[in-house]
Amino acid sequence: MSAISASEKVDGFTRKSMRKAQKQKKSQGSSQFRTQSSLVELSPLPQLKDAPSTEQQDLFTQKLQQCCMLFDFMDTVTDLKSKEIKRAALNELVDYVSTNRGVLTEAAYPEIINMISTNIFRTLPPSENPDFDPEEDEPTLEASWPHTQLVYEFLLRFLENPDFQPSMAKRYIDQKFVLQLLELFDSEDPRERDFLKTILHRIYGKFLGLRAFIRKQINNNFLRFIYETDHFNGVAELLEILGSIINGFALPLKAEHKQFLMKVLIPMHTAKSLALFHAQLAYCIVQFLEKDPTLTEPVIRGLLKFWPKTCSQKEVMFLGEIEEILDVIEPTQFKKVQEPLFKQISKCVANPHFQVAERALYFWNNEYILSLIEENIDKVLPIMFGSLYRISKEHWNPTIVALVYNVLKTLMEMNSVLFDELTSSYKAERQSRDREAGQR
Amino acid sequence: APWRIGIRTAEPKMAGADGDDSLYPIAVLIDELRNEDVQLRLNSIKKLSTIALALGVERTRTELLPFLTDTIYDEDEVLLALAEQLGNFTMLVGGPEYVHCLLPPLESLATVEETVVRDKAVESLRKISQEHSPVDLEVHFEPLVKRLASGDWFTSRTSACGLFSVCYPRVSSTVKAEIRQHFRTLCSDDTPMVRRAAASKLGEFAKVLELDYVKSDIIPLFTALASDEQDSVRLLAVEACVSIATLLPQEDLETLVMPTLRQAAEDKSWRVRYMVADKFSELQKAVGPEITKNDLVPAFQNLLKDCEAEVRAAAANKVKEFCENLPEDGRETIIMTHILPCVKELVSDTNQHVKSALASVIMGLSTILGKDNTIEHLLPLFLAQLKDECPEVRLNIISNLDCVNEVIGIRQLSQSLLPAIVELAEDAKWRVRLAIIEYMPLLAGQLGVEFFDEKLNSLCMAWLVDHVYAIREAATCNLMKLVEKFGAEWAQNTIVPKVLGMANDPNYLHRMTTLFCINALSEACGQEITTKHMLPVVLKMSNDQVANVRFNVAKCLQKIGPVLDNNALQTEVKPVLEKLAADQDMDVKYFAQEAISVLALA
Repeated sequence: MSAISASEKVDGFTRKSMRKAQKQKKSQGSSQFRTQSSLVELSPLPQLKDAPSTEQQDLFTQKLQQCCMLFDFMDTVTDLKSKEIKRAALNELVDYVSTNRGVLTEAAYPEIINMISTNIFRTLPPSENPDFDPEEDEPTLEASWPHTQLVYEFLLRFLENPDFQPSMAKRYIDQKFVLQLLELFDSEDPRERDFLKTILHRIYGKFLGLRAFIRKQINNNFLRFIYETDHFNGVAELLEILGSIINGFALPLKAEHKQFLMKVLIPMHTAKSLALFHAQLAYCIVQFLEKDPTLTEPVIRGLLKFWPKTCSQKEVMFLGEIEEILDVIEPTQFKKVQEPLFKQISKCVANPHFQVAERALYFWNNEYILSLIEENIDKVLPIMFGSLYRISKEHWNPTIVALVYNVLKTLMEMNSVLFDELTSSYKAERQSRDREAGQR
Repeated sequence: APWRIGIRTAEPKMAGADGDDSLYPIAVLIDELRNEDVQLRLNSIKKLSTIALALGVERTRTELLPFLTDTIYDEDEVLLALAEQLGNFTMLVGGPEYVHCLLPPLESLATVEETVVRDKAVESLRKISQEHSPVDLEVHFEPLVKRLASGDWFTSRTSACGLFSVCYPRVSSTVKAEIRQHFRTLCSDDTPMVRRAAASKLGEFAKVLELDYVKSDIIPLFTALASDEQDSVRLLAVEACVSIATLLPQEDLETLVMPTLRQAAEDKSWRVRYMVADKFSELQKAVGPEITKNDLVPAFQNLLKDCEAEVRAAAANKVKEFCENLPEDGRETIIMTHILPCVKELVSDTNQHVKSALASVIMGLSTILGKDNTIEHLLPLFLAQLKDECPEVRLNIISNLDCVNEVIGIRQLSQSLLPAIVELAEDAKWRVRLAIIEYMPLLAGQLGVEFFDEKLNSLCMAWLVDHVYAIREAATCNLMKLVEKFGAEWAQNTIVPKVLGMANDPNYLHRMTTLFCINALSEACGQEITTKHMLPVVLKMSNDQVANVRFNVAKCLQKIGPVLDNNALQTEVKPVLEKLAADQDMDVKYFAQEAISVLALA
């Protein structure tokens, strides 16, 4: 507070930008330091590469144990020496598991997992900034990153080591381990979430026995996000993992997977923070439809049900997703959804928010969509005509009017007879309405 | 799809179709239930009771309800309205005898995804459960609860959690045993959403159970939920802890509840500890004085020293209540030796929310600790908080000065606090200044004229030229209250000259303040001062070059008119108002004319 000078205050108030800058704390601590007050200072161990090969494995274990000591990084003055010793040891450990063969003995597994769990599994602290705006605010970064990063790096190298044996590791990398890993996806630090994403993906790939469990827990996280908290930092990362998982689903799709699509992924479109993960979400949806085209109709109807009513930014995202779906839609599926879908598109085209109208009109630049429209012009044109004709006269934005003219031209070329019919009936209807209004 | 209420299928045989004209408006409403426009459907659903009333109880049962159950596929908004309506439908289907007809549509609604719809459906089900006879409850209601409790998708199981406690007290012991079994199952459901729902209803369910079952059934569930792998479940168990502890006899608390409570107070998740802090007063009452002394005092100390600011703030909020509810023997010792040291640390906490939470309750400790302790131990803390860098902290202290006043008396208070108050009177945040102004009449009344003139008068005058309007306005009102306390003579000698002096200020806002003060003071000062001293100044200001000042002259004359005698009105006020009524500014004209007509000078 006192750091803000009087000249920056207006009427005793501080400007919002100043307040935000003040509030911005660059890093967050962890909830785990309440019990650790008296630390023993670490003393450096000999380097792994200098040790005789008979003693290396022993030294490896000692280093793993040494790295179980945790430090408070919010406190930047104490334990500097110990912190440095641990950092160096972690670096060595990373190097050791990535370059050497035969180091993952059975006895090493519990030590490795213990070191990793001790370091990364922690209760995430309360959010410093509950109304975090990703466009404006800087994310809060994990203070202990100098160590945590190396631990994550180590975990990744450990999983990727050619000697790594899931059958040995599964006693330690179990459901509880995965559950704690998933909780960390709520971290505000994007660097941490990125590591977690790769790690969880590796675990999913290597531990067949954990796959169903991982999917179910992601499912639970998402349901909680959608229906209870509306807040979870790792949605985009989890969706990215799912995107590649869906790719590998066997056909025909299990009921569990279809349920996930309809009851989790589709309702997820209602989230306030959709912009943060929409690309990944749309990718998952399209993956599903490429796997099983018969899901197109329920998916499109689902999107129409949750179509944004007041948020234009979201509407633009929905339109983008619809285009992605139309890019892969089968003509027979298109016929099933064309009526409700084009009713919505017709509303979007007439939207006073020009970005929404523009996004919808861009559909007519897409060759494949054009061919689908042409094939079904007798159904599509009557739905679209009223809106297009009206806004060609009424829309406030000249770019939109120009786009609409092009679209009308394209549609007229597809079926000029129908186009003329619609034009004259539209005009007749308008006239009679005007007359009625005049009589009143 | 089972997660929606059916789909549009058969065309229902409904009112209006058989040519009964009297039902035509109803037919329209029913038609609108199927309209494409959501708003129309919504309107129609909101008039559902009208439709039912017109159809009569029998057709409501046989036609409307099946129609609603089978043929509505809809937006959550419409479903929400429907769920709410059905809760008030008992009389419309023919009274308690037929109330079970409402169960099928509500059952479907209790399974939808959208939480608000589901919650509303459960609320309505709870409501109509009371209208079921014990027999119907067993024949119709309880089977519904069972179906929901064993539903495939988590939504129906979460809904079931809210229904156990309403039917339990009124069913036979066999059915009771089944209900307990279902509740047990849901407490260990593998979906965390369901466990959360069960945990949140645990306390409520415990209350309707027989004491033996509380011990044999609820306690194991409580213990299990309180050590769930998800912190979101564990924290709900804390809430249940309050109800459960209230139900158990004192001698069982130690073995059945305390291990879990102790564990919760030291949970590794700050959310759980926060919940303990937040529910601390309730927990304290529920476990009684002995356990409070032995267990809760150290637990509370830990919460006040927690590593997370959220937890400390929640605990700081409870300081006063916790101390108040301590057993009277030994209360002072406990506070002085255990609580106060923690409170002292919180005064200089790094987090402003913690300090501000403390500031909102800390003054309340003075009543509990008495005069001597307050002066010796609390006053330094109040002073420190009064000088805190965060305005909210200062504000919270100022707003609670009265409780300290009662204990140590105003003179003592003002001697120690006056320097701080004077400093705050010039605080950079206007809300803080405002809070101080509001204390002035109180301080003035208790300090007496002399002390006031010496220490505070200049402050009160300085506020009149504050750059925030709200402060100038409050300062004006403050002057009025001071005059009411100290009398007209005091006003004439100390305030009026200063106020009138501002009429020549180069800043028009200050000139207007003169007028606002006169508005406020004329009545309290009386006719003589108003006519002799104030009126000439007001009249002179009618020539001001700023139109805002001129129309405020008109408003001011209207306001002080009743205080003046008729002679002054006719000879002095009238000509000036007439001149203003011909002003070139529209607003000046308007207010001058208004004053003329109100004062009947036309």
